[in-house]
Amino acid sequence: MTDKIESIVGSIKAGFSAGEYKFRGEISLLVKPEQIVEVCQVLKDEHNFQQLTEQTAVDYWPEQKPRFHIVYKLRSLDDNLIIGLRVPLNGNAPTLPTIEGVFKNANWFERELWGMFGIHIEGHSDLRRIVTPYDWEGHPLRKDYPLGYEEVQYSFNFDEIDLRKPYAKE
Amino acid sequence: MGIEQKVGDMGVVTTSLEHVVNWSRTRAMWPMLFGLACCAIEMMSAQAANYDMSRFGMELMRASPRQSDLMIVAGRVSKKMAPVLRRLYDQMPAPKWVISMGDCASCGGIFNNYAIVPGVDEVVPVDVYIAGCPPRPESLIHGVVTLYEKVYGEKITDWA
Repeated sequence: MTDKIESIVGSIKAGFSAGEYKFRGEISLLVKPEQIVEVCQVLKDEHNFQQLTEQTAVDYWPEQKPRFHIVYKLRSLDDNLIIGLRVPLNGNAPTLPTIEGVFKNANWFERELWGMFGIHIEGHSDLRRIVTPYDWEGHPLRKDYPLGYEEVQYSFNFDEIDLRKPYAKE
Repeated sequence: MGIEQKVGDMGVVTTSLEHVVNWSRTRAMWPMLFGLACCAIEMMSAQAANYDMSRFGMELMRASPRQSDLMIVAGRVSKKMAPVLRRLYDQMPAPKWVISMGDCASCGGIFNNYAIVPGVDEVVPVDVYIAGCPPRPESLIHGVVTLYEKVYGEKITDWA
């Protein structure tokens, strides 16, 4: 098993000069955003990775400098392999080409990336918000988005909060 | 009741209009299917065979708001769902009641963030709150019986 994935990783690294990112026995390849469509196409056609199971992002603000890492996980069902791809992306006006042409289910994943992180996807057929209401402002999963707390209503401050709470009328 | 002594076995009973109307409203109150999240499973199990809610008149749950009297909001209401909830409440014909089932519908539950409405009483006026995460079917039935007691207490001056 492991030598199969090693050979695939090796060929991608050689072909696209990608970096490597290891975590607890799983290998991820660091890819540039311009190369991602080609890498996915190569993995799907030549190495038989038929399924895109994950396409999400991680926000490392303010610790690391490329603020977003877009994480893709491709799965090969015949060979029982999972390979990860990571695309580091900057914070101001992040854009990414779409891989909708390679994997159709990237459509909703990329809509979630747009709505939750503000990563604009070029070439997407229908880029709208998917999880939040359509006219929501802000991108909730970024680290600098406020949590949206409400003051908790205990028994000692029950009456004060009761006066302020917007109860529904008939 | 005075007239029964004179009439005997004729099958006539005298009572007040209030009493009859309230009694008939509680005997066949049909809830609307509004199971949003985990509390919906407890609502389903309360409707099923072991804790039967048909004993209390809730023979079936209507999916259409136009044909139901009671809205059991079971589960957390997100800010995206809140206008839909209000619209369905407005589409129900009077008389209508709302039971807020579970912690998330009553007060926001364990969620305190940007996406969940903290308590469904900010969207629709609620009659009975049921606590629990999720409340057991017996708890839901207790809430329904409490609502029936509230309906019995309604006066003719409210709805006439």
